[in-house]
Amino acid sequence: MCFTSQFWQLTVAGLAIGSLYALIALGYTLVYGVLQLINFAHSEVFMAGGFGGLFMVRRLLGDSAPSGAATVLITTAGILAGAAAGAATAFVLERTAYRPLRRRGAPRLAYLISAIGASLFLYNLAGKEFGRLAIPVPQIYESVTVFHIFSARVTTNQLVIAGAGLVMLVGLDRLVAKTRLGQGIRAVAQDAETASLMGVDINKVITLTFVIGGLLGGAAGFLYGLTFNVQYDMGFIPGVKAFTAAVLGGIGNVRGAVLGGLVLGLVENYGVACASSSYRDIIAFMILVLVLLVRPSGILGERLGRSA
Amino acid sequence: MSNPTLERSETPGPGSRLPWHRNEDYRRIFSLLMVGLVVALMTGPSGNRDHPTDGITGSWFHPRVLVFLFAALVIGLLMTGYDRAKGAGRGNPLAPAIAPITAVRDRMTSQPLLRYGVYAAILAFAIFYPQTLSPFWQRVLVDQIGIYVLLALGLNIVVGLAGLLDLGYIAFFAIGSYTTAYFTGKLPVTPPFTLNPLEVVPIAILATLIAGVLLGGPTLRLRGDYLAIVTLGFGEIVRILAVNGDDFFGHNVTNGPRGAVGIPHPSVHAVGINYEWTLSSLPYYYLLLALVIVLLIAFNRLENSRVGRAWTAIREDEVAAAASGVPTVKYKLMAFAIGASTSGFAGVLYASKVGFISPDNYLLLFSILVVTMVIFGGMGSLPGVVLGAAVLQWLPQVLRGKVPPEDRYIYFGALLILMMIFRPQGLLPSRRRSRELKLSEEGIGGADSLGAAPGGAAS
Repeated sequence: MCFTSQFWQLTVAGLAIGSLYALIALGYTLVYGVLQLINFAHSEVFMAGGFGGLFMVRRLLGDSAPSGAATVLITTAGILAGAAAGAATAFVLERTAYRPLRRRGAPRLAYLISAIGASLFLYNLAGKEFGRLAIPVPQIYESVTVFHIFSARVTTNQLVIAGAGLVMLVGLDRLVAKTRLGQGIRAVAQDAETASLMGVDINKVITLTFVIGGLLGGAAGFLYGLTFNVQYDMGFIPGVKAFTAAVLGGIGNVRGAVLGGLVLGLVENYGVACASSSYRDIIAFMILVLVLLVRPSGILGERLGRSA
Repeated sequence: MSNPTLERSETPGPGSRLPWHRNEDYRRIFSLLMVGLVVALMTGPSGNRDHPTDGITGSWFHPRVLVFLFAALVIGLLMTGYDRAKGAGRGNPLAPAIAPITAVRDRMTSQPLLRYGVYAAILAFAIFYPQTLSPFWQRVLVDQIGIYVLLALGLNIVVGLAGLLDLGYIAFFAIGSYTTAYFTGKLPVTPPFTLNPLEVVPIAILATLIAGVLLGGPTLRLRGDYLAIVTLGFGEIVRILAVNGDDFFGHNVTNGPRGAVGIPHPSVHAVGINYEWTLSSLPYYYLLLALVIVLLIAFNRLENSRVGRAWTAIREDEVAAAASGVPTVKYKLMAFAIGASTSGFAGVLYASKVGFISPDNYLLLFSILVVTMVIFGGMGSLPGVVLGAAVLQWLPQVLRGKVPPEDRYIYFGALLILMMIFRPQGLLPSRRRSRELKLSEEGIGGADSLGAAPGGAAS
């Protein structure tokens, strides 16, 4: 096969990008769980995270290269700032583009349109405020090869992405499974009306679900910006891919989203090795169409409102 | 579903025992002030890569922000005053302004004479008014408005009547255009025979019809929002293939990002008529006008036929439609194919009018644009859709020079959100659609084939 020669290298790269897809996919899956809606504007939450992290790093980073401990601190601060920006965007998004419609009992098409509107609005506003050129995140650390797995190089960047991703994924999984809020999210996903009769404050749960999705998506935005660049329209392609990942794993299913993200990252990298890198984005779309045709409920199946 | 159980009841007005920050009047003024800040940002100076905060400081820490805040305050107070004067409940403050238009529309249905009078007046206006326009506006009328009216009419069948959200609609437009380029011999691959653009029309319609069925066949069985994302993916696949088609496994098929140049103008050489369209826009305008009229009549009849009723049934409640014996997949496929072929037709005309096509003409943005036109004008309402397309294509031309072209989409996005909040039925809604939305707000039915409104029972 065409990808066997570089198999391990492609695997490492695929897992790194896949964990980013997983983080974004969780935002889609969580919102889908409570609202049964695709949040088309989630890609802009991701973009906001990229900018939030970028500005934080710019502010903290002096002229000289930071020392070891400072590097860790600045990277963490960047991730947190990205997460905060993502969460804030998601919060505002829910308040402006979703809640007014919910209060009116609008049909679902209306939500899709208003989310598309919000997406257009946000990324073009970002383009207006921050310029439309790609902005590199200033170098916090030098991305070097840290160690080898089966002859594949693992770089610092990939370690940071995978490490931060892992922490957040485990944290979210525990949050949904163990906490009272997680219970609320699952209850709303299972049956919103009954949940409200049982004393769950639906509006609060929905808002917090958006915020949690925003935290993860925003952090992913910054991590993405570390390797690639930050740009006003950076959200679109990763957004569609993450959505694909969510569908691939089974939308509404938290672990499915993670699995879907990793699988998509891997398949995409193997596929690029076989065809050409200009078809990278087509591969994700092809997978999406195929999954929807063959197994629309995804690998792990749709599981609205179950803990794991 | 606006489940009264789900939404906390928030009684407006004074005398309610809610704390002030939960009081509707204060909340409205607060949200309007926020909107004022956003508008200040939208209209303010731009930042750039090296000075990313320039735009924000220039909008918010500048006296001009006071104008926006003051305006927001005044509007908020006026609206509150209007509600108080009207007594209980919230009204639509624009209702008195819209009333005369609705009155004419209501009378038109009952009085055929008035109806034909209005049609004749509109037709006369459409025929004679463009004569008085400058060449620039004539070109806008064809390249921007006419083509998009055609596209919006086609998509209206898919989104407006059958309630299927198609976000890859522009792909069919692209297929139509590239078919034209191919058969007029302007692509690097040589066709078996070259044709005049008008002769390409049936081929393009057939090609897009097949593409529509191929895409729709497997995907139309999916739930509505999946369909949206699959069509979006399809649109992007077509575009990426066109971009990378200059190296399609070693063959140059589409000429890549450079596109096709020199596509000839259409001409008629039959039954004693010899006519050639040229660079001038007006002849194209009349061609488009004739087409639009034909399509309007055809689609109107389709809408009121058995097929149209089946589409409406699917849109209102797919499960109920299927249970009543409507073959839903067949009719959805039909809607999809008709929409696709209209788009392909528009693609042929566009390619031969402009003479130059490149993948940049087929961005996802344009698919969204067409959807917006349909929604903005009024889903399922033919006059609404035409008006929606015309207004939304005319607006950017007016804003030209006043607003940086890239910033127009900010306004566009804001318009979409506002429209969905305040007037989801569109500018000139069809009566049926308004009623569906009203019922949906009352918690009966779903109002589109995407199913019940969220926040209710899981699908």
